[in-house]
Amino acid sequence: MTQNVTAKNSNNSTIIDLETRNVNKHYGDFTAVDDVSLKIEKGSFFSILGPSGCGKTTLLRMIAGFDEPDSGDILIQGSSVLGVPANKRPANMVFQHLALFPMMSVADNVAYGLKQRKVASAEINKRVKNALESVDLGDSGKKKISQLSGGQKQRIAIARCLVLEPKLLLLDEPLGALDLKLREHMKVELKQMQSRVGTTFIYITHDQSEALVMSNKVAVMNNGAFEQVGTPSDLYYHPETSFVAGFVGDANKWQAKVTQVDNVSCTTQVANGPALRGKINGTAPIAVGEKVDVFVRPEAIKIVQSGQTADQNENSLQCTVVDLLFNGANSTALLVDVASGKELHVALPQTGEFIGLQKGEALTISWSQDQTHCFSSKFLHPRADT
Amino acid sequence: MIPSISQPASLRWTYRAYILLFYIFLIAPLAVVATFAFNDSLFPSLPWNGFTLDWFTSDTPQRLGVFSDSAMLESVGVSAFIAFWVTALSIFVATTNAFLFERYDFRFKEFLYMLMLLPLVIPGVILGISILISSNSMANYMDEVFNLEVEFLRPGLVLVILGQFAFITTIATMVIGARLRKMDRSLEEAAYNLGATKTSVLRTITLPYLRPAMIGAGIVAFLMSFENFNTTLMLTSSDSPLTITMFDRLREGSTPELNAVSLLLMIVSGVLALISVFVQKKEDS
Amino acid sequence: MKQHTSIFFWLLLAPFALWLILLVIIPHIDMLGIALREQTAPREYAFSFKNFIEFFTEPLYWRTFMRTAVMSILATALTLLIAFPVSYYIAKMLRGRSKSFLFLLCLIPFWVSELVRTYGWMILLRETGVISNALQWAGLVSGPVELLYNDAAIMVGLVYTSMLFMVVPLVTVLESLDDDIIEASYDLGGNMWTTMRQIVIPHAMPGIVSGCIIVFMMTLGNYLTPNLLGGKDSLWFTEQIYTQFITRFNWELGSAFGILLLLLSSLIVWLGLKLSRQTLTSTMT
Repeated sequence: MTQNVTAKNSNNSTIIDLETRNVNKHYGDFTAVDDVSLKIEKGSFFSILGPSGCGKTTLLRMIAGFDEPDSGDILIQGSSVLGVPANKRPANMVFQHLALFPMMSVADNVAYGLKQRKVASAEINKRVKNALESVDLGDSGKKKISQLSGGQKQRIAIARCLVLEPKLLLLDEPLGALDLKLREHMKVELKQMQSRVGTTFIYITHDQSEALVMSNKVAVMNNGAFEQVGTPSDLYYHPETSFVAGFVGDANKWQAKVTQVDNVSCTTQVANGPALRGKINGTAPIAVGEKVDVFVRPEAIKIVQSGQTADQNENSLQCTVVDLLFNGANSTALLVDVASGKELHVALPQTGEFIGLQKGEALTISWSQDQTHCFSSKFLHPRADT
Repeated sequence: MIPSISQPASLRWTYRAYILLFYIFLIAPLAVVATFAFNDSLFPSLPWNGFTLDWFTSDTPQRLGVFSDSAMLESVGVSAFIAFWVTALSIFVATTNAFLFERYDFRFKEFLYMLMLLPLVIPGVILGISILISSNSMANYMDEVFNLEVEFLRPGLVLVILGQFAFITTIATMVIGARLRKMDRSLEEAAYNLGATKTSVLRTITLPYLRPAMIGAGIVAFLMSFENFNTTLMLTSSDSPLTITMFDRLREGSTPELNAVSLLLMIVSGVLALISVFVQKKEDS
Repeated sequence: MKQHTSIFFWLLLAPFALWLILLVIIPHIDMLGIALREQTAPREYAFSFKNFIEFFTEPLYWRTFMRTAVMSILATALTLLIAFPVSYYIAKMLRGRSKSFLFLLCLIPFWVSELVRTYGWMILLRETGVISNALQWAGLVSGPVELLYNDAAIMVGLVYTSMLFMVVPLVTVLESLDDDIIEASYDLGGNMWTTMRQIVIPHAMPGIVSGCIIVFMMTLGNYLTPNLLGGKDSLWFTEQIYTQFITRFNWELGSAFGILLLLLSSLIVWLGLKLSRQTLTSTMT
């Protein structure tokens, strides 16, 4: 698997803000974090993306110092922080529900960490004022926490950490509680804030769009281990595991058996269904007779105009329309493969040319073999079904 | 049923009349006690002989007002002394109990929690006599074996304080424990994460968060102690607290002075009640 | 923060253990010990069931006991019947300010000492009291009527004194019932009666049970109200305990009575919990 993946283009000149080496954490029989190694460059926005229960929160809490790993090492800017309690680590956390102190004013919340460090009060006032101004809440210092809006609370929770000038800012799904509109807005705001202050952000989420939009680099985590670490576009266009292919972005998936293997591609046969040709992906070798998962993204599928025929080198299917799912720019058609009865999602082109499709209409679809990804099923994690 | 479901007018008005009657039932005894505190008569009953403040201020043997009745004033002092100690002790133990039951897991926790609730379901008279028996046998033992007369184990202020402390602690624990249970643990983690030591987390986050509950429980404890009768009755001796003094006077035949004392009590407890409601309101915001 | 073998755990356990063992557990064990002994010679005691045998062979004792139990059950039922419509009105019919006002109005009398409340009823009910005078004035009776010192007076006092402990759990549980659910019941063809029986009352059951348990215990252990409103013939079991302890100085018999009262209340509470499928801990919190 891909457990030794590190941030790829790190060379000697870049500073590594966080490194974990073979970190493990068990709770009884349950393995929460399984041999995770990673390196995060200074100044990057790094996300850990995974379904709930995948171990990402445990990993984050170990970095913060609330849990200690069973084995392995955690280094912040090159020095191990094992045994250093949470209140002494140069890593601050934005909690899932923010954990702003309701009994204190906004300014006292921001000043809290500085007071704990026994900074002189004139200095505290100055830095709190700057911190509040930097999140556009310069005049809210005297307010109570309950008087702030959801977005303002987010900014105060971040300002409260950044005023301490931490080496790492850890964010535990802080956007989860917000409504959709505000969440979209905060994504952009967070990304801009990060590039402005330059602090390394480590962001954990189960929402792929948050991870893809904001991050320089994303680690996809499943069952306690990293499946793949890469840039958002790497993950999307070049998934290395079946899990990543299914979890990042939408995909249609078949289970099939390999009938023929070339150099980089293979032919597969879906039981009671079509034969599909696709690229061999992942690190696991694929042999004839083996079971594979075959993925294709809805937007990779073309609807063939009536009268035209599908390209011989492409995969193609005869389908009927089950339903049209109109959703503005993300509209899709729900089709069913005539031969196997399998349901497929196909993205409708923005030109609107197929918006007049009728239920029950028969049509042909096709897609390129390059956009068909085959992964060996053998190395699937038990929970990696999408 | 609910305002959005219409009901026949007759039913609505019957319901309202019932509610009105209920509130008359609720208020009537207190209202008559208050009113007769100002009756210019030797007895707290009709006829109404005109308004007077004698039962507060007068200082003649026939008409002894509250503020001149040294025995009565003394018993108020005794009650306040008892209530102060009961409040201090029970809030302290209730706070440690709250942390014990909300923050730790240990064997027999469920069972011990049930034992903790026990004093609430033991009748006050029985709690009183059991403590009386225990302290008395302890005092006898000290007397026989060491030839020591341990004064505080005999009925008196210390036993009254202990007896009230025994059950008021349970109530205070429930109030403070409920608040601690409601607390979001990540508040403490956040403070710790921002560099606070564990003691300073307790001082700056946890205790301030508990403060409204501690004040509320303190007020409840003080009032419950001040007004307690059943447990106190079994444990008191010559220094009788206010409720016992009033009870004795009542049985001798009362004068409107008792109404005056009662009215003052009502005002004080009313004010304390409003403070505690106010504190609780603030706690929720 | 939560290693439970830490010194903090023991520091928190110590006050709890001291309080519970010294003030609750040991006194009750002592009481049981005294109840199970008999004096054979001066300062000589032997194990014996004599006190319990005496209880069952002396009709006055066990009649008082049964009478106390039956009256307490009756008082609990009456309190529930009176309190339910009021609690429903506060919880479901009112909104905003009028709701908090009426709820508060319901609570405030109970911050006042039980002694004062009972005193109020004495002023209302006695021969020279307010109600007697009002009845004469209205021409309904020809001379003064004594309304005090009978079972009805005791019942009024007990119901009055217990009201708060019924209203609070009922209002809390009824508030947690969504209006939507009542509306849905009507929408699906229910009427007031079926909605009450099939929706509201089942939902309110935990509150009803906890209210009834607390009221029953308080009534059973009450001393003040039966004593003052019932006069010499009130025949309340706690009075028997008081008499044995303080007037007759027969602690052995008094302790046996105490144990019997505890057994009775535990038995009835246990039955109540079994019938309603609740637990003590869930009822109390």
